[in-house]
Amino acid sequence: MSILSVTGVNKRFGGLKALDDVNLNVEEGTVHAIIGPNGAGKSTLLNCFVGRLTPDTGTVLFNEKSLIGLAPHEINQAGVSRVFQTPEIFSDLSLLENVMIPAFAKSNGAFSLNAWQSVEGQTSINEEALEGLKDVGLDSKATMLASQLSRGDKRRLELAMCLVQKPKLLLLDEPTAGMARADTNNTIDLLKKISGRGLTMVVIEHDMHVVFSLAQKISVLAQGHVIVEDRPENIKGNPKVQEAYLGGAHL
Amino acid sequence: MDSLLLQVLNGLDKGGAYALIALGLTIIFGTLGVVNFAHGALFMLGAFCTVVLNTLLKSSFQSAEPTGVDFLGRPSFDDILYVNHWFGENVGNFIVDWAVPLSILMAIPVMLIVGYTMERGLIRHFYKRPHADQILVTFGLAIVLQEIIKGYFGANPIPIPAPDAYAGVLDIGTYFGFEPGAVSYPARRFVYFAFSVVVISAVFAFLQFTTFGMVVRAGMADRETVGLLGINIDKRFTTVFGIAAVVAGLAGVMYTPILSPDYHMGMDFLVLSFVVVVVGGMGSLPGAVLAGFLLGILQSFASMNEVKAILPGIDQIIIYLIAVIVILVRPRGLMGRHGVMDT
Amino acid sequence: MTFSNQKQKDYLITALFAVIVLLAPILLQPLGLGFADMVQKLAIFGIFAIGFNILFGLTGYLSFGHAAFLGVGSYAAMWAFKLLSMNPIIALLFAVVFAGLFALIIGFVSLRRSGIYFSILTLAFAEMSYRLAYSVLTPITNGETGLQLVQSDPRIIDTAVFGIDYGAVLPTSSLFGIQMTLYPGFYFCAALLIISFYISVRIFRSPFGLMLRAVKSNQNRMNYTGLHSRPYTLAAFVISGMYAGLAGGLMVVTDPLAGAERMFWTQSGEVVLMTILGGVGTLFGPILGASTIKMAEVKLTEQNYQTLSEAFSFLPLGLQEFMVSVASWFTGDKWHLTIGLLFMVIVIFLPGGLVEGIRRLAKLVKRKITKKDQSDTASTVAAE
Repeated sequence: MSILSVTGVNKRFGGLKALDDVNLNVEEGTVHAIIGPNGAGKSTLLNCFVGRLTPDTGTVLFNEKSLIGLAPHEINQAGVSRVFQTPEIFSDLSLLENVMIPAFAKSNGAFSLNAWQSVEGQTSINEEALEGLKDVGLDSKATMLASQLSRGDKRRLELAMCLVQKPKLLLLDEPTAGMARADTNNTIDLLKKISGRGLTMVVIEHDMHVVFSLAQKISVLAQGHVIVEDRPENIKGNPKVQEAYLGGAHL
Repeated sequence: MDSLLLQVLNGLDKGGAYALIALGLTIIFGTLGVVNFAHGALFMLGAFCTVVLNTLLKSSFQSAEPTGVDFLGRPSFDDILYVNHWFGENVGNFIVDWAVPLSILMAIPVMLIVGYTMERGLIRHFYKRPHADQILVTFGLAIVLQEIIKGYFGANPIPIPAPDAYAGVLDIGTYFGFEPGAVSYPARRFVYFAFSVVVISAVFAFLQFTTFGMVVRAGMADRETVGLLGINIDKRFTTVFGIAAVVAGLAGVMYTPILSPDYHMGMDFLVLSFVVVVVGGMGSLPGAVLAGFLLGILQSFASMNEVKAILPGIDQIIIYLIAVIVILVRPRGLMGRHGVMDT
Repeated sequence: MTFSNQKQKDYLITALFAVIVLLAPILLQPLGLGFADMVQKLAIFGIFAIGFNILFGLTGYLSFGHAAFLGVGSYAAMWAFKLLSMNPIIALLFAVVFAGLFALIIGFVSLRRSGIYFSILTLAFAEMSYRLAYSVLTPITNGETGLQLVQSDPRIIDTAVFGIDYGAVLPTSSLFGIQMTLYPGFYFCAALLIISFYISVRIFRSPFGLMLRAVKSNQNRMNYTGLHSRPYTLAAFVISGMYAGLAGGLMVVTDPLAGAERMFWTQSGEVVLMTILGGVGTLFGPILGASTIKMAEVKLTEQNYQTLSEAFSFLPLGLQEFMVSVASWFTGDKWHLTIGLLFMVIVIFLPGGLVEGIRRLAKLVKRKITKKDQSDTASTVAAE
């Protein structure tokens, strides 16, 4: 069963056609990678999933419900979490607080005027958050300020913030961009561990090593259009893909 | 019709002042990225340049020889103005009479020095700090400046006469085919409008036709790229700030015959000028000028009795009302670009 | 970091705060600032600043129009006095509710924008309120004269329920027969200040407070985390508006006169100064800042040539003259200059405010002590 199905999505920016009749089906419990050359429209597509952009035409269905026109927080509450290309975290809060905020959002909804109890008193949330930090190996730094983390740790923290919400769908925008090889491998292991729990993921990635070690399915986007959607082994050596990346210069 | 014409004219001088202050604010914000709450204080300092020169020109000494006798029969002495003593009666009286325009000569170097000092001593250290910090520190500076002025010149407004040549009224209606006397307009207001147009044109010409101006405009469009091109923007910032200070100062100098300067005139104009900047569009120079005149004229329309009869109190709030509407409906203002402070 | 510890700590902080507040008239006596008018003012502006800090300190939204809520609170309390009863509780309820409603409307519109646009929107609304209070709204505000009690006010609850007849004298506000002037008035304000402080402690510690800090830190992430930031900021705005309304109401309770100048933007500026001076986003900062400014105002304005000469009398004659003339620039009716300079110094060198200064000082002292301890033990060890 497909958890996310995208049909006929178009998006124009003035004269530029960023997305051209995009169709995409993400099966539940799989890791689906979206690859393609620079400017192919990968990030635009992701932005259409989370409510940052609204497609001009087409449908985006998540669990058979349309996401179009919903505000970002509503989409998140429906079960879609997103990791950004440059980590979006609460820099001047502690790591524990960073993870507690999404945990509260999960348990109390988009708004709750819980102004009398203390944060420390919310034992289950505290435990959940600490558990989430442990999951990504940051539990020893729980009281540190998020701004003091290294870039790689910031990504890990953001991942923990998403995971603590137990999302049904996790969107990752270049989770290993700018990482050293060792760090990249750690991230791959971490993501493998997570996908092993049956979490559905959509990954945008440039690093083919990452893509091929994670993805069960790959969509290749070129000039705003999905040219191929297939299993990894069939993507390798596909002439269409080679043409998209190399501009017709056959190997 | 004649009353409409009069309202447009009435709005022009105030609009000119708004436009000049807003122009400087916009230049500073656009190039330096600083929100300068002390800009109204610069306007006030300009006005007090006139006060100082006016006082200096009227300084006098007692005549050595008695010139007559007072009512008790004692010899009395005349006070002789220094300028009369030095240049003779005719030239001296002329100079005193034209004290306001002459203050321009004094205000330019004074305001340049003030601007340079401010940028070097204070503003420079706030380029990288958040806007809130910039607002707060310049707000503090504005308080300090106005308290110093209050300390020296007292709290009361100081009336400054316009030169005789334009102290009267213009029967402007006759130029538009109305009855003589139908639209009488104080000449000093017209002079101020003309002056503001000249200063604004000068600023635009400077930005348009000099290399320095080109760099400044480029900096306003995209500071990072200009920095990458190897042009040292920082060095020019001081001058930019100085120019903005001079513009605000000149606006204040010439405004003195219209509004007797007092220590808090800067704050009064600052709040309105910020509204003007926002309405025009943050970072847009033509927008600031356009919005300045537009709001000045709208304000004078709103104070017409016919308008007040329909919307009581509108004259008091028109500018703020427009600001609210513009910020909500079109946050980039009349002529601003997308994305400037648009969060 | 267990549940009971945190709560106990909060009680302790509040108790400490309560003791200081209640003893304020005695503690400030040596400074000559213990008189009733003064301590009333400290408590009232303390409430105003604490409320402002809930908005600005936690969410980072800088409102330049909070004086409007102060004014609305004053007028509402005044009308409660005139129409219903001289009971301060009723008047304060009026003040808080009306200020809250007013804040709800202004906040709903202003919070559509952030940053400097938000500041200008709030400023514009406050200026409009101020100007309308002087012009069109004169029937409600009594214009420049200000709203006052008159003998012919109906005061229906007082006359109908309690059968009080104030006779020919103008009534003052009283709670169970206790007049809300002088020290009883102060203790009434003080009680409300302590309650206000405790509420702010609770908000700071609560999940709600955490969300407000999230707004300040990264609103984008917040929205993608499934939280709707707008109702959070609006709630903070309304709460801080209600605090301002309470402060405005208390001004009227202790001195029944409401004027529009309370809504002027300089008043909004003052509460910003207070909060920054004391320390934005800290529990004690706002009240510290408010007290500092209000005490400095009194202390500085009461200086004159005579007092300054006495203060510098230990200096040789020429130097004394000089110092007096320098000091006279910062005192008397020029005290704003001192505040302006102090404020600039704080923003430039100590963005955390006085609280940050105290913290640094404490750290320095602590380090010195531990160093001394270490050297002491070292010397004893060496001696052995």
